[in-house]
Amino acid sequence: MKEFLSRLLVRPQTLIGLAVFAAIVVVALGAPLLFPKGPFTIVGMPLLAPGSPGLPAGSDVLGRSMLVGLAYGARVSLLVGISSTCCAVGIGVLLGAVAGYYGGVVDDLLMRFTEFFQIIPAFVLLMVLVAFLQPSLFSTVIGIALITWPQVARVARGEFLVLRSREFVQAAQLLGESDLHIIFRQILPNALPPIVVVGSMMVGSAILTESALAFLGLGDPGLMSWGSMIGASRSAMWVAWWTTVLPGLAIMVTVLALNFIGDGLNEALGPRGRQ
Amino acid sequence: MKHEKNRVNRLAYIARRLLRTVLVTVAVVLVSFFLIRLAPGDAATVMAGQSGYADEAFINSLRAEYGLDRPLPVQLWKYVAAVARGDLGMSYERRQPVLDVIVARLPNTLLLDAFALVVAMAGGIVLGALAARRPGSAGDAGVTVLAMLFYAVPQFWLGMMAVLVFSVWLAVLPPFGIETMGADHTGLARIADVAQHMILPGMTLALYYMASYARLTRTQMIEVADQEFVKTARAKGIAERQVARRHILRNALTPLITYAGLQASILVGGTVLVENVFSWPGIGTLAYEAVTARDNPLLLGIFIVTAILVSLFNLVTDIAYSIADPRVELGR
Repeated sequence: MKEFLSRLLVRPQTLIGLAVFAAIVVVALGAPLLFPKGPFTIVGMPLLAPGSPGLPAGSDVLGRSMLVGLAYGARVSLLVGISSTCCAVGIGVLLGAVAGYYGGVVDDLLMRFTEFFQIIPAFVLLMVLVAFLQPSLFSTVIGIALITWPQVARVARGEFLVLRSREFVQAAQLLGESDLHIIFRQILPNALPPIVVVGSMMVGSAILTESALAFLGLGDPGLMSWGSMIGASRSAMWVAWWTTVLPGLAIMVTVLALNFIGDGLNEALGPRGRQ
Repeated sequence: MKHEKNRVNRLAYIARRLLRTVLVTVAVVLVSFFLIRLAPGDAATVMAGQSGYADEAFINSLRAEYGLDRPLPVQLWKYVAAVARGDLGMSYERRQPVLDVIVARLPNTLLLDAFALVVAMAGGIVLGALAARRPGSAGDAGVTVLAMLFYAVPQFWLGMMAVLVFSVWLAVLPPFGIETMGADHTGLARIADVAQHMILPGMTLALYYMASYARLTRTQMIEVADQEFVKTARAKGIAERQVARRHILRNALTPLITYAGLQASILVGGTVLVENVFSWPGIGTLAYEAVTARDNPLLLGIFIVTAILVSLFNLVTDIAYSIADPRVELGR
């Protein structure tokens, strides 16, 4: 563990990523304490420029504080990014493990199934899913998980395919351990590093996808998200640049930080780092 | 003799890819069928839209049309048969067949995507080749940083920033639409007008993919440059320019064809968003209109049509790849 940390923290990019991400987590968790009135409260005239009294980031088309919106938006982004990735990793590991461990026809069928999800236009499928299930936090998370699990499945399958022929697996099979035990207790811990790397990369793209859905009006209507802030300010962009520029920058900084962390994990856990 | 065998192999390969395209299409229709049943309420209310526009008579006619009082397999059969006939249902909001509405908008989307794909590939190859020539140089690092930034920015936001800079601040390019309204240009003037409107949305789409094509070209070229046949070519005394063009670039580019196929499904998603930012009258803005009007048959129709188009495009890139690279493994 100590060795892993020293490998992870050696790159300045990773440190910056971790520091920025930690700051965003603090803002997301602290938003209700800092701004108890919530992001939908009207606090002044619409479209006041940043720096107006009490409005460090200006106000939006309805006169709501942009700063409060940005803080609350972090909650939605992180929640959707992390929980949809967890769901996708769950589905992907399960299907990838079964395909890689059993091989043969099972593998063939599951991989065709996986391939199908990679050929179809995922974002359009996501729009249909969310629209049919009604836009909500739940449908957003489930929808993003359903279109992203194939990435995990492919990686998990590859690992299981290699590991299943190792001695420790054969030993467990000879001892009469159940397949379930071998898959989850013996192979999975060894297959975890590349899965963690893929997962860490997926959080950022899930945040981007959530912002796109919210931009199109397919986000949870009861929540303030960065994507919906951009969508709501489309008509105001011409006169009030901050209404679109700031939420976009918030997304960019968050995703960049996550990608830096992902790159760092890749270096620390990847084949080069593990040697 | 060997030539003949290769030909048979290639035909078998194409046949397998064709079969895959057919299977994907069937799967898309099956998924659509179950998507309709996913929503709360029965399929008729879903197909009619949930905003309460639909009157009881219309819903009852839908129930009869889709045989919703019959067992599930019968419903499925009826649905598959309808889609096979090209019947994707009626757009409730527009009172027109879904397929007609989509086909009317399709050329605009294809135009935008073709432009973006060509610009992205051409620009990506040039940038990637330049970066590969001197790995570690400032230009090389520039491409990497640019790609990293593009991956962290929502594409629709990038488009809005382009509007802010080029239409609002510099006022040099039209911010939305496909042509100037009321100008009624004809002939060349109209083409020029459309081209001008296409620059911002087209470049927003293209820049995004250009970064990934550049990265792929760069890795491929560095990899190929290290292979034996390149050393042989150099040893034979072939000029360095020739080696770079004929030997390295040609072999490095074939994987890009497959990549274009793999990217097609992502390009469709990007198109939906970018079209909406620039009010480009294609499938993407249509999808948004379908969402806001709760026009579910239209939205589902867009999914079916785009999915079939993407799998057809994959078929084309697979075949092109098997022709471009004779070494291609035709086994699978």
